[in-house]
Amino acid sequence: MTRKQRRLTIIGGSLAVLAVAAALVLNAMRDSIVFFSTPSMVAEKHIQPGRRFRLGGLVQPGSLVRGENLSVVFQVSDSSASLPVSYKGILPDLFREGQGVVAEGAIDASGVFRADTVLAKHDENYMPKDVADALKKQGHWKDEYAKPNASKPEASGVAQGERGTVQ
Amino acid sequence: MTAEAGHYALVLALGLALIQSTLPILGARWRDLALMNVARSTAIAQLAFVAFSFAALVTLHVTSDFSVINVFENSHSMKPLIYKVTGVWGNHEGSMLLWVSILALFGGLVAMFGNNLPMSLRAHVLAVQAWVASAFYLFILATSNPFLRIANPPIEGRDLNPVLQDIGLAIHPPMLYLGYVGFSISFSFAVAALIEGRIDAAWARWVRPWTLMAWIFLTLGIAMGSYWAYYELGWGGWWFWDPVENASLMPWLAGTALLHSLVVMERRNALKVWTILLSILTFSLSLLGTFLVRSGVLTSVHAFASDPTRGVFILLILCVFIGGSLSLYALRASTLKQGGLFAPISREGALVLNNLFLTTACATVFVGTLYPLALEVITGEKISVGAPFFNLTFGPLFVPLMIALPFGPLLAWKRGDLLGAAQRLMAAGITGLIAMAVVWAWTLGGSTFAPLAIGLAIFVIAGSLSDMIERVGLLRVPLATAARRARGLPRSSWGTMFAHAGIGVALIGIVCETTWNSEYIRSMKIGDVAAIAGYELKLDDMSQRQGPNFREMIAQFSVRKNGQVLDTMTPSKRSFTTRGATTTEAALLTRGASQLYISLGDAAGDGTIAVRIYHKPLVLLIWFGPVLMAFGGLLSLSDRRLRVGAPKPAKSLRGLQAAE
Repeated sequence: MTRKQRRLTIIGGSLAVLAVAAALVLNAMRDSIVFFSTPSMVAEKHIQPGRRFRLGGLVQPGSLVRGENLSVVFQVSDSSASLPVSYKGILPDLFREGQGVVAEGAIDASGVFRADTVLAKHDENYMPKDVADALKKQGHWKDEYAKPNASKPEASGVAQGERGTVQ
Repeated sequence: MTAEAGHYALVLALGLALIQSTLPILGARWRDLALMNVARSTAIAQLAFVAFSFAALVTLHVTSDFSVINVFENSHSMKPLIYKVTGVWGNHEGSMLLWVSILALFGGLVAMFGNNLPMSLRAHVLAVQAWVASAFYLFILATSNPFLRIANPPIEGRDLNPVLQDIGLAIHPPMLYLGYVGFSISFSFAVAALIEGRIDAAWARWVRPWTLMAWIFLTLGIAMGSYWAYYELGWGGWWFWDPVENASLMPWLAGTALLHSLVVMERRNALKVWTILLSILTFSLSLLGTFLVRSGVLTSVHAFASDPTRGVFILLILCVFIGGSLSLYALRASTLKQGGLFAPISREGALVLNNLFLTTACATVFVGTLYPLALEVITGEKISVGAPFFNLTFGPLFVPLMIALPFGPLLAWKRGDLLGAAQRLMAAGITGLIAMAVVWAWTLGGSTFAPLAIGLAIFVIAGSLSDMIERVGLLRVPLATAARRARGLPRSSWGTMFAHAGIGVALIGIVCETTWNSEYIRSMKIGDVAAIAGYELKLDDMSQRQGPNFREMIAQFSVRKNGQVLDTMTPSKRSFTTRGATTTEAALLTRGASQLYISLGDAAGDGTIAVRIYHKPLVLLIWFGPVLMAFGGLLSLSDRRLRVGAPKPAKSLRGLQAAE
């Protein structure tokens, strides 16, 4: 083989691998991406039952009801709308009423959001970025949600978040 | 006083870095030895000043000087000493100071041990290193000064985030930074080579030990971070495909590719242009990682509220360095001479394949990490890209890499014999198939994917071992002869074996943990027994205890197997009064390479407590694999032929370099 042919072999091989990778990425993009919504966006958009998404908002004070065997029900609200969420398992340490939360799951036929993952943040002043942005946009942002200088939790590499998983 | 001295030392370090970034280059241009030598003394002086500055911050933290904002926000007088020290880098300002300290350390090491580098190359390398350093000193002094004072000093500090009060913080960030920042050396060498317009096999010989050192630290740093997340977060996950983790994985993938392409360049003087590009990309990805972690742009469980000016500043640094070095590359790469030729089936070809898959896998991680950010900036739509995405893209790309891996070391340079390599791998292949069949039969009706993956992992391990077994002649020649031969083989070959086997070991751990992990989540009261994976865990007692800066509730479990008490486990839940935060301290019981894992949830009023118990089969292999890889790297680093002090000039290699 000449120099040119060898180079073409390598370039051809590289392009083939890149094409496969691009196909994998596009395929994965279609199936495994999860969108973020707030309760009012859910009300507007009429998200279909069974479609997975992330729901973010504040845990409505007084709405948390603990049931049998670690099942919990609470309302997630963004002040203009709210959505009931049911979850079974252990909630993260910093899950509190009145605090921000992000839950991942899907709405069932009865209109209840069934979460299989609940995310909270280890800092007591933490507001998930999505939730903060959404609240700011809707004008429900209160400055005390983010106390200056109080929320800088970080590990340099793998900083720690918390989440609960489904049973 | 200490704070002001530390601040002043940092300003002086900036001044030195500015001198170091200009004079040596002029010296190299004018062929002025004295000017070129400035690089050496300034690099060492810079290291001294930054080290002083870092020591000053440590002193402030240890003495709990709450008149300094950084100490007030992240420390507490009751905190144990070790966390007072580690708390120095458990916050933005301090961790940036650690970053530049390590940068200065590497610069100083090159200055001290680079005596055999050509003068102009050393001058250029240190100058480029100083450009990076100047940018980050400016960043710290302008936006993240850790030495700022408070007008009215409070009596007590706010305490360090409880999750970070763990020995993991003492090890993980410094390791990770030694890796991240260590790649700055390969970057500086690459840019210096582009400026000089000259690059040869000797260049690779000088760069490789530095790259290898950075890679070893990065490997250990990532593994350590993963293990830390595993035991500290309380739900047994060890990798979340979170952007912050991806930020460290991307330089690792690119760095691994770089290590392999450096081998080709060193031995065969080929792939020069590509190696230079990889050096630039690897450090660019490290910078990108710093940007992602430090600027707060991420929508992630790691996100933290931060000052946007910092983000913009780092973004600027990122653009200048990546844009600048890539433009320089575009301008100068064509002037670099072509290297040796090789057939597609050859050691070089195999290493090219390795590079191809590693960089492609790195690219998919890049897309998955940055796509959500880009989409949000462009359309405002918020999405999250999680584990399913990476499993579907990263996974399939790693499979062919793993299959090809054992073949690489068996192929000859220039022109290899694939059939011959396949024959020599026959035993490894059969071992893999048997493992696959055994696992499949043992877990009949279970996952079909797991036996395949384990078979592949066994193939990789057996393949790595079989090459060395054959070279040593184990089982064929008397043991004493074999031992003598084993000692005679180059350490870098042993390094290759350990590193490659490490991949297989980690894969076994990953597959076993994800497939056969069992969990038990229930609320329990004293006297209840949980049964999981053949173990019986009885909740014996719950008690309260006062720690130095927290209160904790401890649950005591006795673990039984077949009626025999094995051990007791004491998971706890700590509440830190200063921050009003709670953390879950999981209890781990190691049985072989498997672990039992208990973490506590909330205690209810009626005396019950939510409990999460996992049995994780062979989970320790996940981290044992990277440790093996790092050990392999260390062996290779200690190889005399590759020692930093033993480079050969390019001339002697030219004779060996065969044509077509």
